[in-house]
Amino acid sequence: MKKSWIIIIVLAILALIIYFSVKGTYNSLVNKEEWINESWAQVENVYQRRADLIPNLVNTVKGYAEHERQTLTDVIEARAKATSVNIDPANLNASTIQQFQQAQSGLSQALSKLMVVVERYPELKANQNFLELQAQLEGTENRIAVERQKFNQAVRDYNAYIRIFPKNIWAKLFGFERKAYFEAQEGAETAPEVQF
Amino acid sequence: MIKRNTTGVFIFLILLISHFTLHAQEIPERPSPPRLVNDFSGTLTPAEINSLERKLVNFFDTTSNQIAVVFVKSLQGYDPAQFAYKIGESWGVGSKDFNNGIVILVKPKTNSEKGRTFIATGYGLEGAIPDAIGKRIVENEMIPEFKNNNYYNGINKATNVLMALASGEYSKEQYRKENQNFPLAGIIPFIVIMVIFILINISRRRTYSMGGRKERGTDSLWTALFLGSMLGSTGRHHSGGWGNFSGGSRSFGGGGSFGGFGGGSFGGGGAGGSW
Repeated sequence: MKKSWIIIIVLAILALIIYFSVKGTYNSLVNKEEWINESWAQVENVYQRRADLIPNLVNTVKGYAEHERQTLTDVIEARAKATSVNIDPANLNASTIQQFQQAQSGLSQALSKLMVVVERYPELKANQNFLELQAQLEGTENRIAVERQKFNQAVRDYNAYIRIFPKNIWAKLFGFERKAYFEAQEGAETAPEVQF
Repeated sequence: MIKRNTTGVFIFLILLISHFTLHAQEIPERPSPPRLVNDFSGTLTPAEINSLERKLVNFFDTTSNQIAVVFVKSLQGYDPAQFAYKIGESWGVGSKDFNNGIVILVKPKTNSEKGRTFIATGYGLEGAIPDAIGKRIVENEMIPEFKNNNYYNGINKATNVLMALASGEYSKEQYRKENQNFPLAGIIPFIVIMVIFILINISRRRTYSMGGRKERGTDSLWTALFLGSMLGSTGRHHSGGWGNFSGGSRSFGGGGSFGGFGGGSFGGGGAGGSW
């Protein structure tokens, strides 16, 4: 009589522990995954912000640097390519991130070429509108760095979480897998050098 | 039940530890007791620090916007933008709800190294202080003074402009115009308002000449002001929305001294310069 009571109590406690452990883990995983999605949306946002600056920048430069058609066309083309790649957070994985990054780094390179060319036009560099665009472009590059970092932080947090015992069991059971980072690529890290 | 609690505590501890390790950086620790003006480089005099602190605490008390001023000896190899961002993020400058913090970072010029500065704006103030305006503040208010070693003056001027922008007393357009040395541009809105005012007055006088409305004058004045302000805001698409920040939640009360940072977040906005 007494023994069976003890067994029942022990089983009940065990069931409670498992229930709360699963519930806690599952809910945190969902939250962490949402956080990653949100961070990704921010990453795309800031890249979009950069793309939005470009038409204005190109128009301003065009007025002063008539001979740089090729460089300007390159920038416009790279922009078109970069804005055409958008990734739904549901398909975030190493290869889609890589694809996104490649498109964006093409634009980074075209932009940095443009900024070098611009050095030859002192009148343009004194133009108030251009100076402002430069400040905005610099700010956008900073934002890109920050949002990428925040995205990686979110992924790191999630990846670490699904490996901790006993959460790794539940994570595997519900099919939560390791997520890919936004890794630095050669050349992509160097923001367009803007000098005054 | 006890077991469950201990696992809960255990999970909590793991989370806590992982949370703190993410923030372990070489940037200065959050000051304790909290202060808005932090001179780690020994550039300002105590009197200057106090006067700035008083001004900024006052501003915080009235508008809930937090402006932190940080002087450092070295940037530890960071880019100034990154350094300022890290301070803002890890100290939590600004309130959690509005992210209305600003970090003004200054690394004074030394014999061997260039001076560098950066104004980092929290997410919530990116609209009120766009990067281009931040750049102007750095170039027009700070660097000329810093070049003459008047660090206090530069910060004082910059904070005046930032405070005005952040609280919305002073629109971005006004600041831009004052710095363009183009006085006509500043007058045009007034002329437009005056013309509207007169036109409305005339039309009202016609329609209401029979009716005995007493507040006719003030009425049309309001319309004119409203139209005028609409004209002023259509120029740029960065709508500030600073009205939201006034009277925001303050984590700590406190009459004279600063209560503490509120956990605001930064997104890399702002502008800087070197001299």
